Order: sequence, then C-alpha cells, then structure tokens
Amino acid sequence: MEQLRIRWFQWAAPQSFYPIAGRLWPLFAALAAVLALVGLYLGFFVAPTDFQQGEGYRIIFVHVPASWMSMIIYLAMAFWAFLGFTFNTRLSGMMTQALAPTGAMFTFLSLWTGALWGKPMWGTWWVWDARLTSELILFFLYMGYIALTSAIDDPRRADRAGGLLALVGAVNVPIIYFSVKWWNTLHQGASVSVTKGSSMAQTMLWAMLLMALAFWAYSIAMALYRVRGIILQRERHARWVQEVVA
Amino acid sequence: MMWVSWDAFWAMGGYGLYVWGSYAVVLVCIVVEIVLARAGQRASVQTARELWEQETAHDATP
Repeated sequence: MEQLRIRWFQWAAPQSFYPIAGRLWPLFAALAAVLALVGLYLGFFVAPTDFQQGEGYRIIFVHVPASWMSMIIYLAMAFWAFLGFTFNTRLSGMMTQALAPTGAMFTFLSLWTGALWGKPMWGTWWVWDARLTSELILFFLYMGYIALTSAIDDPRRADRAGGLLALVGAVNVPIIYFSVKWWNTLHQGASVSVTKGSSMAQTMLWAMLLMALAFWAYSIAMALYRVRGIILQRERHARWVQEVVA
Repeated sequence: MMWVSWDAFWAMGGYGLYVWGSYAVVLVCIVVEIVLARAGQRASVQTARELWEQETAHDATP
C-alpha cells in the first residue's frame, strides 16, 4: 500500500510523466480513429431512419457525445484542481491546463450542433431555456479559465487561480445535466439514463456510444499530447529537459 | 446499403445542410485543434532547445 502510494507520486513527477504520456497518446489517438470509423459506419449505414425526425436525427451521433465530453472534461479539470490543492503536485495544474482547450472545443461543438438540430426540429437556432443557457455558461467558464491562466505569468499562481475557477464552476455541471428535469425546457430529456435505460433503437444507441468512446479517447490523447508541451515549457531550466531536446 | 443512391445519402432526407453542417464543423474543429497543439509542442521544444544552446554557449566561453 505504502509502496503503491510512493509509485503514484513518482509517476506524477513531470519528468517521469513526460515519456509515459509520449507513449500513451498515440495509442489513444489510434483507438479514437477506429472507434469513430465504426461509430460513423453504424450511424450512417446501419442505424434506421427515425420515425419522427427522419434523417435529421443523425446529428445525435456527434451532438450527444460532444455534450457529454464538455461536462466530463470540466469535471476532470475540477478533479485535477482538487488533487493540486490537496497534494500540491506540479502535474495537476498542468493536466488542468492541458484539458481546457479540448473541453472548450466540445462545448462549442455541443452548442453548434445543437443549433443546427434545433433549427429544423424546433424552428429556432437558439432559445434561452435552462439546458442551453447552462451549457453556454459552461463555455464561458472554459474561456474564463483559459483567459485567467494565460493572464498570470507565474505558473503556480495561475494554477491556483484557475484551479479555484475549475472547482467552483463544477457546480454548473450537475445543473446542466439535470436542467431538463428541474425546469420545463424545450430541450428533450436524457436519451440514455442510468435508471431507465435507453429510449432509442439498439443500433442508434450503439453508434452514439461508440462515438462517445471515440471522443473520450480523443480527449485523452489530446490532453496527454498537450501536457508534454506544458511540461517542457515549465521545466525548461531542468537538466532532464535539456537532455530531451538536445 | 440503406441508401438508394449517393445523392440520397448527401441529401439526408432534406436535412443535408443541418447534418453535414454539424459534421463539417466537428471535423474542422478537430483538425484546427490538432494543428494548434502540434504548433504548441514544437514551440515548447524550440524554446527549451534555444535555452539549452544559450547555456552551453555560455559555459564554453572562457
């Protein structure tokens, strides 16, 4: 137990995490590509036409996974921020920072694909209902995090300020998730629920889950790739970095 | 094959603009993110390398 604990802290040292991340990111990137290909094939060539929405529903295969990732990545940032405050490890702040751009991208994609789905089905690109508004707030939280951390020169202070924003902002995530239950929204309820199971056809569900896994693998690959650059930049004065780049 | 023709596939039952408008932007975002991340990684390596060269040059001067 004690040994395992020490191991974890060793891996969390930027110097040992740099090569680990370098070996792992290509695996996750390849996994993401394979999952996306299978998911798109199922989604476009196997899943049947929806009896209500025709072919328009096929936006779901990117909309729902992007929305899930927008929330999951923010929670992951809050998790790393929490570790940073508790154990004061250097890697935590770097991981929080490495995740933010991918999270912001998925939040934007969730809003964009949602607008393109809303227009033909609801007759409007946008409504100020609880689900859409709280997702927009999530986008501003990501932007706020990126702006805040890049405005502070000292990386440790930037980590602490950004970490606080990541932790406090995490309150918004359950609000987004449960907004369709708590308020009367135009947005439909959850397509997949832990308690009730799924309300979709099997192949539609599989295509969506595969795409969600693909986005998940993509996010891990991007975070691992980006954290290597952050490690190099922050540790550039260290001997080991100079051996790596020489 | 569930589509009668490729035209039918691209038309998406009249929802083509919305469906392909979604997927195109997803693709563009992913490509842009990868390009930016690669540029960032290269810049980090470059700064570290320049710093290393400066220091070794400094050490070499008597």
